[in-house]
Amino acid sequence: MLNSRPVRPFSLNQSKEPAVLAQRRSWFDRVATNGLFKLRGGVHPEGRKDLSAERDIRVLPLPKKLFVPLQQHIGAPATPVVKVGERVLKGQLLAAAQGAVSSSVHAPTSGVIAALGDFPAPHPSGLPVPTITLESDGADKWIATETVADPFALPPEDIAARVAAAGIVGLGGATFPAALKLNLSRSSGVQTLIMNGGECEPYLTCDDRIMRERAAQIVEGIRLIAMAVDAQEALVGIEDNKPEAVAAMRAAAQGTAVKVVAMPSMYPMGSEKQIIQVLTGKEIPAGGRPADIGVLVHNVATAFAVQQAIRHGRPLVSRIVTISGAAIRTACNVEALVGTPVQELIEFAGGYAQPAARLVLGGPMMGQQFTNTGVPVVKGTSGVLALTASEIGQAEASPCIRCSTCVRACPVGLLPLEMASRIRASDLAGAVAFGLKDCIACGSCSYVCPAHIPLVHYFNYAKGDLAAQERARLKQEATRKLADARSERIARIERERAEAAARRKAAREAKERAAKEAAAKAATEAA
Amino acid sequence: MNPIAHSPHAHAPVSIGKVMGTVLLALTPATLFGFWLYGWPAINLWAVSLLAAIAGEAFAVRLQGRALRPVLLDGSGILTAWLLAISLPPFAPWWIAALGSLFAVVIGKQVFGGLGQNVFNPAMAARVMLLISFPLEMTTWVAPAPLGSAHAPGWLDSLRITFMSQPLDGMASASLLGHVKTEFTRGVGLDQALVGYYAPLDALWGSRAGSLGETAALLILLGGLFLIARRIITWHAPVAMLLGAAVPALVFNAVDGSHYAGPMYHLLSGGLMLGAFFIVTDPVTSPNTATGQLIFGFGCGLMTWIIRTWGGYPEGVAFAVMIMNTVTPLIDQYVKPRIYGRDRKGAALAAKG
Repeated sequence: MLNSRPVRPFSLNQSKEPAVLAQRRSWFDRVATNGLFKLRGGVHPEGRKDLSAERDIRVLPLPKKLFVPLQQHIGAPATPVVKVGERVLKGQLLAAAQGAVSSSVHAPTSGVIAALGDFPAPHPSGLPVPTITLESDGADKWIATETVADPFALPPEDIAARVAAAGIVGLGGATFPAALKLNLSRSSGVQTLIMNGGECEPYLTCDDRIMRERAAQIVEGIRLIAMAVDAQEALVGIEDNKPEAVAAMRAAAQGTAVKVVAMPSMYPMGSEKQIIQVLTGKEIPAGGRPADIGVLVHNVATAFAVQQAIRHGRPLVSRIVTISGAAIRTACNVEALVGTPVQELIEFAGGYAQPAARLVLGGPMMGQQFTNTGVPVVKGTSGVLALTASEIGQAEASPCIRCSTCVRACPVGLLPLEMASRIRASDLAGAVAFGLKDCIACGSCSYVCPAHIPLVHYFNYAKGDLAAQERARLKQEATRKLADARSERIARIERERAEAAARRKAAREAKERAAKEAAAKAATEAA
Repeated sequence: MNPIAHSPHAHAPVSIGKVMGTVLLALTPATLFGFWLYGWPAINLWAVSLLAAIAGEAFAVRLQGRALRPVLLDGSGILTAWLLAISLPPFAPWWIAALGSLFAVVIGKQVFGGLGQNVFNPAMAARVMLLISFPLEMTTWVAPAPLGSAHAPGWLDSLRITFMSQPLDGMASASLLGHVKTEFTRGVGLDQALVGYYAPLDALWGSRAGSLGETAALLILLGGLFLIARRIITWHAPVAMLLGAAVPALVFNAVDGSHYAGPMYHLLSGGLMLGAFFIVTDPVTSPNTATGQLIFGFGCGLMTWIIRTWGGYPEGVAFAVMIMNTVTPLIDQYVKPRIYGRDRKGAALAAKG
């Protein structure tokens, strides 16, 4: 088995790496789309990347207090391993991953643990979540870290372990623990590693900047990830509206097996499903994962974090955040420590130039509104946007005229107008039949709707309702099972009791019978 | 605190009012040409249609207790009335326009629940109702007499024509389709019927007897191309409708030229161009998907050709569109896009594809 495996380029010296691109494409596709596959649907939201794209990443001044939530990833929150009053160094473990899908949290700077309690979360609800408050000592002193001279000499399994120890999660926004994805991919045999440099969200330029400024580290990170999962090819997909990033990455990837591909600019190109479709023509089966079709997708910023963790032993304690929107005075990109209050980012960008109609964490297409500027930057925070009313362009909803603009915009092939009409009629099953569960909530349909119908809101509401129904059904089932078990147990005890009584009765009767027989025998003998 | 708004936090600068406004703009050249061609009575008719639609819609919305402003401002009622007006004989009496418009917006649209809810194209439903109920008024055509020419009725005359149903002297004419139908019933072959009656160039420019704004095939085509360029409509339904009429015309004309007219005759006469670019592209009553629109458009074209060729009425577009409107839900039921990660039947794709 081992001998029959093909030579994997990333486990060898880099000069021997062959550049391979899967050629399972029809002649027509190649001619029509310059070697790439077509993305179905999609929209062209107004760019607005020019606000921040030409500004170098600047390091945010050290905040006095940092608020580090224990859950900055999909899965279970991490468990604190420090106590209030304890002194910690930058990069020291604050909370350890807990359970199968979880990620560790580290101190973003050196200082003292000031509190361990609830603090408002960077989430539309603003509800408090378990958070460690760290008071900075101003020294920003790193803990002793292990620097690896040749990370490519490490056993591949070690990469995932070190990534897990560094608390790295997907920085594209989904915040799935990166190490878990590496392990899952390794076990299911990944051929193609796709690095997502799409950054299709309007306004956001954090990935653009990191690719321009730190391309060499990103390419090393990509090669380390490829080695960790034993991938055969590594493709970096970058939208062609970022020519500088494409050039920088191409230069850095020279002589390696990492291939940088310029993709057409189209929202939602940065979505996992869409970038796979465009680069390989493959589709993830419904309900499946990229690994099912031999693909692993990581964000380019994640590759940088992986490189930092493997070569320098540095855990993930900061990230690049785009501060933008017409209401911001000077849009820019900053490297912000995890836990920095968003207010400090807005102040760093010069505060507001005009009144902000809405504050958004992430991009305008899929980001979440927030109202409390005290909430912290977390690992998944790609942008802090202050938008004016005219930028949002939202108006009162009018009736659906069935113009099917949403149908043309949907990258998944759904019929948003039909789903919405079913949901309005409280027909959830009908909406599911039209593909509600396949909706990726990218917002393309809402963006283009001339009637301004909040379609994504409908779908998320319906998905929430479905989940609640499912939970209720499971709970009901569990209750029913418990009740069944109880009545069965009672019946069994009754049955056993009855059987025991019957046994005792039989034994008594047998005894009596024996005594009688003995008496009768004695009587006859006596007679 | 403000209610939390949902993503996306950006929206394309579009609205229903803008969509309807663009369609009205696309209709303007052909309409202005119709005004010039048929003079003041045509303008009167158009104005009566629009006023009646606005009044009718206001009445119906008030009756339902809904807010008036958004309904009147979305422009859909005006578009319906406009489409109806340009499909009427230009010298028709005022009450034809008023009745038609009221029927279109009240019975054709508001009774179904308002914008987006109606099954039939309101303008076509009104036109069919008028044609069945008032066949004489609906088929009395006039020869073009452009504004300023010797035959053009003056302004006072136009008021008498429109509002007092003054009979026309010496101006009555048959539309091309009507003329051919009549000649057929008299046993005259197509080649003779068309002599002196059909000049393809006239048909292209629209200088012939016909409805108010549907004779100028070229201007309507330009309006349609403008809508396609502005992404208000797609090419699918229009092209399919033109093909639906042209393909059978081509085949039958090749087999028997004296009984069946050729494709250019069908494409450039009656309301086919208007139907293709402004009626079958009505979002509310046409299918959702590109494939569905191809089927729908082709069906409309084919039905138009069948009705024109063998039916009792010379014109077929309005009937064809209404017949196909009844099929729209069926098309939507069976023609759906394939969902990402699933096959056509909805089952998940196999892994390792």
